[in-house]
Amino acid sequence: MLKRTALFSAHQKLGARLIDFGGWEMPVQYTSIVDEHNAVRNAAGMFDISHMGEVTVSGAAAVEFLNRILTNDIRKLTPGLGQYTLMCNEQGGVIDDLYAYQLSAGVYLLVINASRIDPDVAWLKAQHEKFSGRDDVRLTDASHNYSAVAVQGPRVKDFIDAVIPGASVSAMRVPRVTDLKKNEIGGFKFGNGSVLVSRTGYTGEDGFEIVGEAGAIMSVWDKILQAGAAHGVKPCGLGARDTLRTEVCYPLYGHELDEQTTPIEAGVGFFVALDKGDFNGRSVLADQKAKGAKKKLVAFRMADRSAPPRPHYPIWVDGANAGVVTSGTQSPSLNAGIGMGYVPPASAGPGTKLEIEIRGKRFAAVVVKKPIYKVR
Amino acid sequence: MSNVPSDLKYTKSHEWVRVDGDVVTVGITDHAQHELTDIVFVELPETGRKVKAGEPCAVVESVKTASDIYAPLSGEILEINQSVVDDPALVNKEPFAGGWFFKIRLSAPTDINSLLSPDKYQAQIKG
Repeated sequence: MLKRTALFSAHQKLGARLIDFGGWEMPVQYTSIVDEHNAVRNAAGMFDISHMGEVTVSGAAAVEFLNRILTNDIRKLTPGLGQYTLMCNEQGGVIDDLYAYQLSAGVYLLVINASRIDPDVAWLKAQHEKFSGRDDVRLTDASHNYSAVAVQGPRVKDFIDAVIPGASVSAMRVPRVTDLKKNEIGGFKFGNGSVLVSRTGYTGEDGFEIVGEAGAIMSVWDKILQAGAAHGVKPCGLGARDTLRTEVCYPLYGHELDEQTTPIEAGVGFFVALDKGDFNGRSVLADQKAKGAKKKLVAFRMADRSAPPRPHYPIWVDGANAGVVTSGTQSPSLNAGIGMGYVPPASAGPGTKLEIEIRGKRFAAVVVKKPIYKVR
Repeated sequence: MSNVPSDLKYTKSHEWVRVDGDVVTVGITDHAQHELTDIVFVELPETGRKVKAGEPCAVVESVKTASDIYAPLSGEILEINQSVVDDPALVNKEPFAGGWFFKIRLSAPTDINSLLSPDKYQAQIKG
């Protein structure tokens, strides 16, 4: 039995096509992936992201605990600030990539991938168990308490203040939602309750992610559709979410990231703070940063018109099988086949000629600088 | 509600067939193009290729997935529609007209009796 989010009936009402995504029955599209993609790039689009997980970590030793298990330096966060970070095993392999927010002194919120809630929570509990300051850290999987939506696109700032009016009352204190800056999070009164709003997203566009209890998020969903209608907002499914994040080269767990792949290999070494002291996977990551990794994630674009590249298609360099596509699609913004994949470091430089094998035939592609599509 | 023209025959795998003597024209149905949406690439067989009924012989790709298109009947590929290769969106715009895929010269014209009637196909996509 697939799990359903609080917005399931809203999706049905909108005629969504539903698919199994990591055990969740989620909308893949409402009308057309291309229309929904273009809505986000040119106006606004809204996604149900209630399937994502939320873990709270609090207490006097929370900062020390999190800095042992996450790659980025959590000490950089002040109340109301968030950061992209990764959780690695001792071999430097990625258990998950996530956002960590500091809500108030000693109180952190981790937003994790839906497909990784169970392994993440098991890992966090095991790490907590052997952490010397465990009595000063409280760990709670709050995933079942929360629903969430993401609203993304250049026009969102024109209507979001009407959806969630007023000043924030916790975390980052701002007069209005649109006064939040990138990666900031604030708690706002909403109806009889409250919601957390962060200026973050997974599309490359400006926008917000809103987390709260189911009733509040169902109301946020309806209000965004109403207030955003004049600005061209569309409900968007996972299909558009995937083309949007692929164009801007954001990794997706299970595609670019897994427990056998390190953040250095995946090109997100910027979020690995080697200078912060010891943390899980540090020795392997330091070694890879100094000496180089065996494989590197590249972005590529098909050189000529061809079928779109897809995950698992082989990558060839100089007539030899050199790697594999992790994500690939027809880019609606560029009207070209694009993708990401792992190749040996020698073949990772922009301009390198690759071939992508599609149904037994090889087609020319070229390594390009990330992101593949630059947001205007 | 999908359009199911009454002058065509159909397959369970959502191809339509227009019969003209021992030559049939093949495309994908309105229902199929609607399910796929946003068709971005079409790969067609070479003319002259011998195909068997039920054999995958073309590929249609939407943004999300690649799907096989099957030969509805056995025979030889007589002609392909270069227009859908050049402009795959034609399949979405006019699936029963400019969006046709290929023509087959049938090896056994009586095979057309194995295809679905419009009513039977309509019932299938409703179910």
